[in-house]
Amino acid sequence: MLKSLYTFRYFILVSIKNNLINKYTKNNLGFLWIILGPLSQALIYTIILSNVLAAKLPGVENFYGYAIYLLGGLLAWSLMSEIISSNTNLFIDNANTIKKVSFPKVTLVAINTGVSSINNLFLFISILAIVILTGHQISFHYLLLIPMAIITAILAQSIGLIFGIFNVFIRDVGQAVPILLQLLFWFTPIVYPISIVPDFLKTLIQYNPIFHVVDCYQQIILYNSLPNIMSIFIILFLTILFSTLSIILFRKAGREMADVL
Amino acid sequence: MNILEVNNISKSYITYSSELERIKSWFSRNKFQKKRNLILNNINFTVPRGESIGIIGKNGAGKSTILKLITGVNEPSQGEIRVFGKISSILELGIGFNDELTGRQNTTYTAGLMGIDEDKIQKVISIVEEFSEIGTYFDKPLRIYSTGMKMRIAFSIATAIRPEILIIDEILSVGDAYFVNKCFKKIKDFQNQGTSIILVSHDFQAIKMLCSKTILIDNGSLIKYGNTEEVIDHYNALLSETKSKIEFNELENFKVQTVSGSGEVIIEEVNFTDKNNELVETINVGDSVKINVGVKIVDQIDSLVLGFSIKDRFGQVIFGTNTWHTSQVITSPQVGKSYSFCIKLEMSVGVGTYTVQLALVDKDTHLTKNYHWIDMAVFFEVINNKKSFFIGNSWLKNKIEIKNV
Repeated sequence: MLKSLYTFRYFILVSIKNNLINKYTKNNLGFLWIILGPLSQALIYTIILSNVLAAKLPGVENFYGYAIYLLGGLLAWSLMSEIISSNTNLFIDNANTIKKVSFPKVTLVAINTGVSSINNLFLFISILAIVILTGHQISFHYLLLIPMAIITAILAQSIGLIFGIFNVFIRDVGQAVPILLQLLFWFTPIVYPISIVPDFLKTLIQYNPIFHVVDCYQQIILYNSLPNIMSIFIILFLTILFSTLSIILFRKAGREMADVL
Repeated sequence: MNILEVNNISKSYITYSSELERIKSWFSRNKFQKKRNLILNNINFTVPRGESIGIIGKNGAGKSTILKLITGVNEPSQGEIRVFGKISSILELGIGFNDELTGRQNTTYTAGLMGIDEDKIQKVISIVEEFSEIGTYFDKPLRIYSTGMKMRIAFSIATAIRPEILIIDEILSVGDAYFVNKCFKKIKDFQNQGTSIILVSHDFQAIKMLCSKTILIDNGSLIKYGNTEEVIDHYNALLSETKSKIEFNELENFKVQTVSGSGEVIIEEVNFTDKNNELVETINVGDSVKINVGVKIVDQIDSLVLGFSIKDRFGQVIFGTNTWHTSQVITSPQVGKSYSFCIKLEMSVGVGTYTVQLALVDKDTHLTKNYHWIDMAVFFEVINNKKSFFIGNSWLKNKIEIKNV
């Protein structure tokens, strides 16, 4: 699998580039959209939730504290949800190619995750700009976001790949995943701080894998502190678990995929 | 030295009682399968380096499945395929194109998918642009392309770099005569340079032209592997054999066959033969053929007229007439009596597939009384390997004179 990724490395890079070019150059504003989309999303949350709702977080001085908290959570969430949902439909969307050309299917996965990661990078740049504009102090801890994002992307991709494989055989998965993601979004402290959650739910939320990712992002972006070591361990453990599982499934299912598509 | 070895391959599509059972089967030795649908059964053949083979058979016989297994798109359930060279393939029109991308982008993408090296891709693009001859369309999205244009791109990509095996599934049936000829020329060039061609086609003329040997597949099994002429004859025999057994409305090559009529007179038998009364399926341009129709009078009627029309693959009537117009009306036939009609025709029509519609009526049209009507009662294919190449739906006797002036 790694070998085919290496052989097809240029193809993967070119495809990621073309995918982005195609998405953004067909309209008049072109590459501006790549920034405008995430920027408006971030701005809406910042302005509306901070000013209108006047939400304030305990222990945070900045008036925009809540907004920054929210943006941190959203950055992590959008990376995970985008990779998971696009991987879910990956094989079905590319059925036409899979049935006609013999090529390592893992390249599709790499292209897909690459595109999502780059989209997320632009969201990060927008968020960073807003965070700086609000006068929030940023520190070297932000550099930790790079390994965080890589691990998160791998975790999300493994989960997405598992859904994607199941979806080829059981099409209901494709319908269920968006609903599941929506449920998870509200079950993760992104829009609300975990401190306001009743105790019995707090324990339950601990079992939500996305919670730990989001928490690490929030620690870094809002509190400028090191993420919780326990959360890191859980994320690493889950990443290894899910990626192993996804690779095993991928190997088993790869043979039959073209038969069913 | 072989370029391809196919050893005992079988392919079956397994149906599980639920898809969860399929997922369980990946992790267990127990087989949860409910139904095994055998598509290919123990196929064996080898292709020597540089030799080209054709694969023929009825629809659904498993021809395309073999190609998919050889290219590696699908995997065989049993057996082994060994390929000793680079394969390029065009399966079922198109190579998985994205309609939103331009011809150029699709070329880049597909070439990349096929594993063509980065440094060669630019070269491939210019070859495709030149060979496909679609001009400025090359930089427009594929959604505005015609089928023929997509085929041009697909063929150009697959043949941009000479492979050692070129696999083609029916692709030459689309596209205009000019480009199809260009494709043939390219394929011939490749053959001369040592490429093996594997061609699936219902166009026997193409197979005869390109392949010295042919494989006949029927019902998932290899029936015959031998010299092309011989195998095509075998296939024709196989077809007429099954045809005499088949009831009218179970003709397997056609999805819908309309049969109607009030039933006072019925068509009991139809067959299509050459001038020597041999059942045929494929004929040459200009051949004399006979359509024999056996008819039985079941009930009292005043007059009986047999009409027929020959339709091309688009359903356009190429020719049609009836015994009213030829002044051969049968008046007051006796109940229980049978008649045999023999329609003799000279098939000076273009290359393609044709069907014959038959109708038993009382006058010049079926509007007053329609006794028995059968759509697609006969189907046959016209190929051209006697006359010089021509296009169009009919063959006109022609002579071109050139004088020095």
